[in-house]
Amino acid sequence: MNETTGSALPVSDRGVAGAAENAPATRGRLNRHAMTRQLAAWGFVLPVTVYLLLFYGWPLYRNIDLSLRHYTVRSFVQGGAKFVGLQNYRTIFHDPTFLPALEHTAIFTAASLFFQFSIGMVLALFFFQHFKLARTLRALFLVPWLLPLIVSASTWSWMLNSDSGVVNAALGVVGVGPVHWLTSPTWALTSVTIANIWIGIPFNLVLLHSGLQSISSDVYEAASLDGAGSWKRFWLVTFPLLRPVSAITLLLGLVYTLKVFDIIWIMTRGGPADASTTLATYSYQLGFGTLLPQFDTGAAVGNVLILIALVFGLAYIRAQRKAAA
Amino acid sequence: MARRRWLRTVVGVVLTALMLFPLYWMINVSFTKDNRMRKSPPDLLPVHGTLAGYRAVMHQQLPYLATSLVVALGTVIVTVVLAAPAGYSLAKLRPRGRGALTFLLLIVQMIPAIIMAFGFYAIYLRLGVLNTIPGLIVADSTIAIPFAVLIFTAFMSGIPGELLQAAEIDGAGTLRRFLSVVLPVSRNAVVTVSLFAFLWSWSDFVFASTLDISGHHQPITLGIYHYIGNNNQQWNAIMATAVVASIPAAVLLVLAQRYVAAGVTAGAVKD
Repeated sequence: MNETTGSALPVSDRGVAGAAENAPATRGRLNRHAMTRQLAAWGFVLPVTVYLLLFYGWPLYRNIDLSLRHYTVRSFVQGGAKFVGLQNYRTIFHDPTFLPALEHTAIFTAASLFFQFSIGMVLALFFFQHFKLARTLRALFLVPWLLPLIVSASTWSWMLNSDSGVVNAALGVVGVGPVHWLTSPTWALTSVTIANIWIGIPFNLVLLHSGLQSISSDVYEAASLDGAGSWKRFWLVTFPLLRPVSAITLLLGLVYTLKVFDIIWIMTRGGPADASTTLATYSYQLGFGTLLPQFDTGAAVGNVLILIALVFGLAYIRAQRKAAA
Repeated sequence: MARRRWLRTVVGVVLTALMLFPLYWMINVSFTKDNRMRKSPPDLLPVHGTLAGYRAVMHQQLPYLATSLVVALGTVIVTVVLAAPAGYSLAKLRPRGRGALTFLLLIVQMIPAIIMAFGFYAIYLRLGVLNTIPGLIVADSTIAIPFAVLIFTAFMSGIPGELLQAAEIDGAGTLRRFLSVVLPVSRNAVVTVSLFAFLWSWSDFVFASTLDISGHHQPITLGIYHYIGNNNQQWNAIMATAVVASIPAAVLLVLAQRYVAAGVTAGAVKD
């Protein structure tokens, strides 16, 4: 590890990188030093790289492999499953559950994002004002986001219980008859979306609040000197300035929401009659939710979900780079 | 002016109370007697409370809680040990291909855990590590490691170069500089990463329900899941378990609030 001997090099890391890349004239002497540096540098990232290959690369490869073969429980355990190309994908595209699952995923995601973001924005603006307890209360808002999802999901299940839930009891007080939140196909998707919005609000609040903090107060002063009211000030000044942060919040929220599985599975298991099935629960249902697991088609649904997530994931990375630049 | 501020505080308290109502309800139900559980309207306060739910937790859920603790601590260790050196290298040592590696770390965070679970299941079945604690730790660490490397990189980029140069002039090699300079000053990053790794692993349901569903040692998320599946009537026991399972989140929020907020934003927005 002793690569410091006789260092005539600029020690700053920028200098070394620059030297290694741009100075062919002094190569001979620099090369060996730069090489040791590179070795040390790679020594430190090697464990994570190996880890990524083993524990991301391998499962993902296995997942693709699963989706391209025809598996029975027997061949899953013993090997030797037949290669069938895209057959599993054809099967799921023709499965009557697939399109509704895709549609539910879209509705679930869009509704969650819309409400999480708008409620998060209103709260961020509210908590951006100065008042007693503002910090403490804002911290308390984080709690739902930190809880295990199964805790939130089971609490919401009981709150939305048709006969004994507190929500229906409250509705009864104002004269609305009991709603079968989790057991009727009309309401199941709405119910899981409500729970998911509740969980996602803190994340939006925190990100948008930090975005507000980075807007210089001069801008506000200038705007209020110009006589802009608070409504106008928000739409003309704050909102446009928040656009990069908003984009990041929404895209990251989108990627997170596509992944949501726990809440739906615990509250409704995608039911009744697939009324709240999304791609994530559909995939799980195929692979792990039945007595006769279908890992091949389950993996195929999963890969469709990955593709969708990656499209928006790349958009997120672009937005982040743009905001950083 | 002062009155308006007070009004805001009142509004803030009301909003917070609304937001946290489900938590209150969880606690309320956890103390409710079985025979009052299906009463209409439900009791808004646990006036005729019972500790039966918590007694059930003590009798049935302790092994699950212990497993969760072991798995979560294991995940923290694996995460910090792998991610901190990588963060140091990416921030200060400029390995070739770091752009690609960073990109990869961002991308893998988009992959839903369900899909990873399929691959892990197939692999674990072959290797015979299904339903084991180390298997679960490895799977859970995939949730935390990419995030952890990026946090460490962001944090360690802020360590002044002079500090490292001084150590280098004193003859400290790369490893020595990492261990005795970088790590000690990165305490905050270590705390943030550990905290999230712990919480995510503690909360994991996807990997537990796929890779450990027939295990002898199962985490608390499965403890709750079995409860919901088996005895649908004992909601005080279910909610009492939920309350106990929420304790780490509550404790961490109280003790390490600033780290939590820092982690939430650092994961998404780079300053």
